[in-house]
Amino acid sequence: MEAFLHQVFAGIASGGIYASVALALVMIYQSTHHINFAQGEMAMFSTFIAWWLMNSGMPYWAAFFLTIAVSFAGGLLIQRLILKPVEKAPVLTNVIVFIGLLVIFNSVAGWVFDHTIKPFPTPFPKGSFIETKWFSAHEIGTIVVMLCVLAALFGFLRYTPVGLAMRAAAQNPESARLVGIRVSWMLGIGWGLAAAIGAVAGMMVAPIVFLEPNMMSGILLYGFAAALLGGIDNPWGAVVGGFIVGVLENILGAYVIGTELKLTVALVLIVVTLTLRPNGLFGKAVVTRV
Amino acid sequence: MNASKRTWYVVGGIVLLAGLLVLPFLFKNFRVFQFNMVMIYAIAVLGLNILTGYNGQISLGHGAFYAIGAYVAAMLMAYGHWPFWLTLPVAAAVCFAFGYLMGFPALRLGGHYLALATFALALAVPQLLKYKAIEGWTGGVMGIVLNKPEPPFELTVLGQPLSQDRWLYFVILAVLLLMFLIAWRLLRGRVGRALIAIRDHPIAAAAMGINLPVFKSITFGVSAAYTGVAGALGAVAVAFVSPDSFTVFLSITFLVGVVVGGLATIHGAIFGAIFIQFVPHWAEDISKSAPWAIYGVFLIVLMYVMPTGVAGLLDRVFGALRRPAAPVNTPAARPAPAVAPPSTHPAGGPS
Repeated sequence: MEAFLHQVFAGIASGGIYASVALALVMIYQSTHHINFAQGEMAMFSTFIAWWLMNSGMPYWAAFFLTIAVSFAGGLLIQRLILKPVEKAPVLTNVIVFIGLLVIFNSVAGWVFDHTIKPFPTPFPKGSFIETKWFSAHEIGTIVVMLCVLAALFGFLRYTPVGLAMRAAAQNPESARLVGIRVSWMLGIGWGLAAAIGAVAGMMVAPIVFLEPNMMSGILLYGFAAALLGGIDNPWGAVVGGFIVGVLENILGAYVIGTELKLTVALVLIVVTLTLRPNGLFGKAVVTRV
Repeated sequence: MNASKRTWYVVGGIVLLAGLLVLPFLFKNFRVFQFNMVMIYAIAVLGLNILTGYNGQISLGHGAFYAIGAYVAAMLMAYGHWPFWLTLPVAAAVCFAFGYLMGFPALRLGGHYLALATFALALAVPQLLKYKAIEGWTGGVMGIVLNKPEPPFELTVLGQPLSQDRWLYFVILAVLLLMFLIAWRLLRGRVGRALIAIRDHPIAAAAMGINLPVFKSITFGVSAAYTGVAGALGAVAVAFVSPDSFTVFLSITFLVGVVVGGLATIHGAIFGAIFIQFVPHWAEDISKSAPWAIYGVFLIVLMYVMPTGVAGLLDRVFGALRRPAAPVNTPAARPAPAVAPPSTHPAGGPS
């Protein structure tokens, strides 16, 4: 029983990371109706920036927040420069551009920071006071950080004028434009936020999986699964989906199929969700006029 | 087509064929191997293009079918001691079945969701191939080592013997011609029009009496079969299969081939295949990561400036040459989906 509970709690901790990746995907999906295949590689690149800052002598938290700021600016820039021209293009064009971004980030990270596997520090070392019987310090730290991100995001969207404008632009772009909201810039901010959330997720997961250009591929897949399970247009659904997927992955991995087929679990989860319940657990059914 | 034009086409065809037959004897074995890979990639890229370019179903996971084809061929040859040409139809049939099955969930998944599901497939395949329970069949992480088939007769042309690679070249060339002929017959007629109609406006296509589920899932099967045949040929040409040769990046490579060659073109597959075979070789001199950076830049830039790819560009150039006096109003191949105006119906989401 104790071992089982331990698996559940470890699942909750990794679920926090999946939840944040899913949240980043939802941020972009809500405003642009596109699934960002480059999300994982963007997060990986941000983590490399943090690693570089720390290596050049910056303390952890300063590097942490600077990386978030840089990622926000980077995400905004990518949307403005690369995605704005294809904003209204068909799905295929967008998917191809996303894949282009994915391989560019992946290869540039390998080029600049090389392919060796690097350790990444955690701000919550073993034996610090927050450690409990069930959670390691890093696990509980991850959960707390993720909850902070969620609270900040909720506060931003709910209580600030920009957040309101973003929600309006996502919900009804035409009407939002009529009342003077610059919808295209709102998409840019959405991208910036997604990049920033991804950066946090990357920095939280890097101490576990170690830093290298392909570190996010599995996590991105679980992020996809979480976002779809929770409903890709619902931020809260994505968070709940993340925790469900995290716990499911850990329990299945420990007791049913072993760790070798973890990615297949995500694949099956994605296909089953899409086939049986395409809107996810908490998503809205999409009805379109022909 | 008037008589003189027809003569020119015939003459051109014969010259081209003669050139292709002599080609392997002009180069060293390693180059011949590269030509083999170009032809194999061309078949795979054509398969993906049938699905993505013509039918508008986005697949980011065709490396998975390539892997299945390769493993089917490798296992039949290594354990069953089959002659390699006999494994090709089996690989095609197995991949058709898998593709057809994948086509069923694909019916409910439009646009992004299909891309996502196939992307997940591509990520999961190497791990599945390494799985312990089937290690006895797949060889696990070590993969399966094969022997290249020996040429059945001895022959010397231009002082060069018919080596294993050169023999394979002719076999692959024959398969390539057959596959392209089939694709040509399929896509240039009623079926091709139906596929394009489904891509451009599924609802209108259904209203015209096209059976969407049947067409879409069979297209998926055919496309997978093409890629599977390429995979089987690839296994023989490389004489080795291992899980790590079939990562998600292989699927992306095929996508690059499709985009560079030109979406919804048949002959574009050749240009795409040449690109994905030779550009990485040149670029690797700069850096190990350079090929992928170049791929990425090409993907994005081509979407902006040349969405019809090399094939579209060539069509436009030849169109302009053919009618120098007339204003250039060439219908550039077919309107590729990438440049189509934003459609009024949501391409994503289940419909």
